[in-house]
Amino acid sequence: MWRFVPQTLMLTLLGTIAIAAEPHWAFRELRRPVPPIVTANGLPADGPRNSIDAFIRVRLSMEKLVPSPPADRSTLVRRTTLELIGLPPSPDEVEEFLAETRPDAFERLVDRLQASPQSGERWARSWLDLCHYGDSDGHLTDQLRPVAWRYRDWVTRMWNDNLPFDQFTLRQLAGDLLVPPGQTDPLDVILGTGFLRQTLSNREGGADLEEYRVAQVVDRTSMIGAIWLGLTVGCARCHDHKYDPLSQAEFFQLYSYFDNADEVNIDAPVPGEAADYVRARAEYDRRRQAILEPVHAELDELQRRWEANCLHAAAHPGQDHVWDRQWELLGLIWGGNLGEGQLEGCAIVRRPWPNRTRRQQQDLLDYFLGRGSIVDEKRFAELKLSAVQKQLADLKAEFPRAFPTRAPVIQTALNPRQTYLHERGDFRSRGTDVTAGTPGWLPSSPEQDQTRLSLARWLVSPQNPLTGRVTVNRLWQEFFGRGLVATSDDFGTRGDPPSHPELLDWLASEFVGGGWDVKRIQRIIVCSATYRQSSRPREDLMSVDPDNVWLARQASLRISAEAVRDSALQVSGLLSTKFGGPSVYPPQHERVTMEAFGSNVWKASAGEDRFRRGLYTFIQRTSPFAQSIIFDAPVPLDVCTRRDRSNSPLQALTLLNDPVFAELAEGLAGRIVREAGPADEDRIPFAIRLCLGRTAEPAEVERLQQFLADCRRRDTSRCWTNLASVLLNLHEFITRD
Amino acid sequence: MNETLATLHRRCFLEQAACGLGSVALARLMADESAHASPAPPLGSAAGAHFPARAKNVIFLFMAGAPSQYDLFEPKPKMQRLHGQPVPPSFLEGLSDSLIRGSARIWASPRQFQQYGECGMNFSDYLPHLATCADDLCMIRTMHTDVSNHDPAQLLMQCGVPRFGMPSMGSWVTYGLGSESQNLPGFIVLLSNNGPGDIAGTALWESAFLPATHRGVTFRSQGDPILHLGNLDGVTRADQRQRLDVINDLNRLRQRQQPDPEIGARIESYELAFRMQAAAPELVDFSQESRHTLSDYGIGNEKSDTFARNCLLARRMVERGVRFVQLYHYTWDDHSDLNAKLKENTDKTDQPAAALIQDLKQRGLLDDTLVIWGGEFGRTPMNEVRRGTSPGKEGRDHHPFAFTMLLAGGGVKGGQVFGRTDDIGYHPVEFPVHVHDLQATILHLLGMDHTRLTFRHQGRDHRLTDVAGEVVEQILG
Repeated sequence: MWRFVPQTLMLTLLGTIAIAAEPHWAFRELRRPVPPIVTANGLPADGPRNSIDAFIRVRLSMEKLVPSPPADRSTLVRRTTLELIGLPPSPDEVEEFLAETRPDAFERLVDRLQASPQSGERWARSWLDLCHYGDSDGHLTDQLRPVAWRYRDWVTRMWNDNLPFDQFTLRQLAGDLLVPPGQTDPLDVILGTGFLRQTLSNREGGADLEEYRVAQVVDRTSMIGAIWLGLTVGCARCHDHKYDPLSQAEFFQLYSYFDNADEVNIDAPVPGEAADYVRARAEYDRRRQAILEPVHAELDELQRRWEANCLHAAAHPGQDHVWDRQWELLGLIWGGNLGEGQLEGCAIVRRPWPNRTRRQQQDLLDYFLGRGSIVDEKRFAELKLSAVQKQLADLKAEFPRAFPTRAPVIQTALNPRQTYLHERGDFRSRGTDVTAGTPGWLPSSPEQDQTRLSLARWLVSPQNPLTGRVTVNRLWQEFFGRGLVATSDDFGTRGDPPSHPELLDWLASEFVGGGWDVKRIQRIIVCSATYRQSSRPREDLMSVDPDNVWLARQASLRISAEAVRDSALQVSGLLSTKFGGPSVYPPQHERVTMEAFGSNVWKASAGEDRFRRGLYTFIQRTSPFAQSIIFDAPVPLDVCTRRDRSNSPLQALTLLNDPVFAELAEGLAGRIVREAGPADEDRIPFAIRLCLGRTAEPAEVERLQQFLADCRRRDTSRCWTNLASVLLNLHEFITRD
Repeated sequence: MNETLATLHRRCFLEQAACGLGSVALARLMADESAHASPAPPLGSAAGAHFPARAKNVIFLFMAGAPSQYDLFEPKPKMQRLHGQPVPPSFLEGLSDSLIRGSARIWASPRQFQQYGECGMNFSDYLPHLATCADDLCMIRTMHTDVSNHDPAQLLMQCGVPRFGMPSMGSWVTYGLGSESQNLPGFIVLLSNNGPGDIAGTALWESAFLPATHRGVTFRSQGDPILHLGNLDGVTRADQRQRLDVINDLNRLRQRQQPDPEIGARIESYELAFRMQAAAPELVDFSQESRHTLSDYGIGNEKSDTFARNCLLARRMVERGVRFVQLYHYTWDDHSDLNAKLKENTDKTDQPAAALIQDLKQRGLLDDTLVIWGGEFGRTPMNEVRRGTSPGKEGRDHHPFAFTMLLAGGGVKGGQVFGRTDDIGYHPVEFPVHVHDLQATILHLLGMDHTRLTFRHQGRDHRLTDVAGEVVEQILG
């Protein structure tokens, strides 16, 4: 399988002088390094706990640096809880951990956190950054995708089930081609292909349908590059990659895997719908048939004519603008605002009648009745087809149970395309035909017949040197704020080399060899002494290691946009623990959505949906939730492998003045008053413990007492709300140390 | 108050005096530079300019949706003769644009044109006010772009590529030059808020991979200028100050336990937020403007009021050191009923845009301020047929091959018409100016070499002009 051609050989073949060039580090075969042996040498740090520490400490001693002492236990429990479930620990949880004397107390804490369904809610979000998940189409009209959440929930559930990463990969790239193993619910397999449905859709009038389909395929190809291979493959769309060995032909070989992956939505009943939908559907179909029976023959004839005209226009654009427009419209509006596959309508029309499924026939007929009268207005009127259309609509309304919740997935194209190279990256400039294949300078795929499934298998084969390295690096980045390879999206020759190459390879080997078990890798990382050390900045490190590359300490990191709001929800006692389901609209100013196209509205959810975790907030691509963006959540238009952590006045204004945070401050104040004793001396330390997970310092209590006294001189009613708001604004509240 | 808190308050004063947005941005920028191991010397202050600048500020009046050059700037007598006929095939050779429809017919503009100024620049009767600025304007007739759908073309104009994920021009400029304002963001976005419109959304003012402090901040001329700028109901400025003092004090106490420079930056962000709370309302308060100025801009006039307020705000912003002001007015996307709809938009924008240029000139600000007027592409010489036609309600489709933009001030030579198109304005025949050329020229005027204003991301040095762009030397004053 190892088909690597050393650069030396290639150069020789080209008749050039052979230079003993090593292949680029990231493309080298993954070998498991033996961790060095280190001993605790009387330093203030605690001893090494696992192999991570061995690698880190050897490097530290080379730099003549010493590790930091362990973080104090209240910092550690807050750090680990925020990291593993995205929420701060409750005072009880902190107490419990501090009181725990067993030597494996920390490991137990990690076990508990990893088993919590809230860990899926935290870690799904990181994966959604990668595939730029959104609840709308993007582009100008940015129509809604009301069932996009099916994929989001799938990611969360698979995380909580700790589905091995190789399976996680196969299902997302090719769940439709997999046979569900054993007892597995087939939906749990195919819904993974929602991953490929996170590309944008352009439904703007005049948009060239093929141009934007190609853009989606390019996006999918680029995602494979960035997420699994850590390579900027998109550069090779127009020309051979300037820095990495990827040629333009190889880009289109990768592209080819997705050229025949078409968008489609399927009936994917959620629990509670599954029971009687089949029966309801049979009854619905029968009644529908009865409505159509009287006009059946003539309707067929009209529809065939309409389809023929559409197909003629598609093949001969520019001849007749009326039919050009009919064809264009079919491609632009099919399933709009329902998040259905945009080009499915066109694909059905291209498909011979006998090959169409019942659902395809019904959907196309419904479309034709609504939009196709142009084929023969007179006959449409005579046959009273608008009345038929209305009857069908009424029937649909009568049978909601026949229509379970849909889900976005991928299917093999109904009408397969021949992939070709796009000269200069322009799909209109047809180059040579291309078949699917993996880059020649990486180990090859053993399978003859190359499908999306073989690509997925190749990505997670133990011989692939990149997937393991790239994935563990991203995990590492989440726990230290910086990857071992700082350019976590670029493992190519222009990316940064790893700070600890052997540690990276050791972790990757553990990951690949240990069954692609993500939670296990997380556990190894957080249980290391390196993770558990103090984050306190040290004067001796400031000049020699300002970026903390050598990890002589932990880092202080501002928590994510979602965690900022989720933490405030948690301490205010308002957080809803409802799991999954359609995306929700927490309150925000109407001006935010008006900054985009303007026809989408933001109607705040009622009840507990106001207080759901940030994971569930509706993501309108052209005007995403303002609080998220202000705290550096990515704008979901492109792959994001690492978020910025900015520190801006807009963040201050949000925490100070956003009515949402004011509401949470009120909730927090209510808890302080209700749950602590009546005296300020009880309440202030309680509030600090609740928000910061630690004991209050006397100076802090004193300063807050002074603040309360000042408040009371003005207005006694809002003092505790004001104090609560102060706590939600503290740097420490939005930071994990 | 004990000793601890007293010391804290003294430190607080010193920090406030020493730091503004520039320094926070600079600190972050330097941090990011080192993280990306970029070989280029760090930019981030005016010292980062590559050569002496002609312009210090930019006001970009973006006419989203694409105004029709044929009905505003480009009299084409030949089109009168070809009216109602198909486009001669010679114009269409080799074109593969998806919007070209064989069934479209030449539609001559029904507008009246006249020459203005000493330079004799042509304007239609829909732009009587801008016409009076003719001698200050540089009219580029040969702009061209790569794409013919709104949002990719808007992205190309603003971010240099017709795709998402690149920083906006305003982000590049503040990244390169820093901000001169201590109290306001360096890159501000003003929207006309005309309801539904053809505008690609927040991606147009994203900082993308540049540090987030360079993201455009949206601003309103009425109501709260910045999201969450106003105090909550019942909270006075004194209350807010008191709240800020305790937040900062507690942050400083924390800094003793955890001496993290980020805590200092957080305190600075809060102080800047507090200053913005005062500066922004002062900025949008027009009570010190003369009645004369207000009426010149068209404030109070029902049609032009919104855009006029944004134009006046833009002037007030550059006076206060805001580096890049981006206005969006939409939508000019007149596929049908162009005569009536175009009139609506020119009624809304003509007078304010002209007043802005004249006001800047009168105050001596026009030399330092580059004003740009234009959309993402132009419109076809043909009547639109995609959605059918009805006589009297003609419109024009999207046209990426040639369109018109206006520049004024900031080192640009006024009173000049640059470039020439063919008889029906289909293509440039002399001096074509690609969007990247315009961007290179804008950066040049600001003292920056577009090939050197780069940022390493995903292994590549990215720049606003992608891999192209030539400074249009001929239009420099």
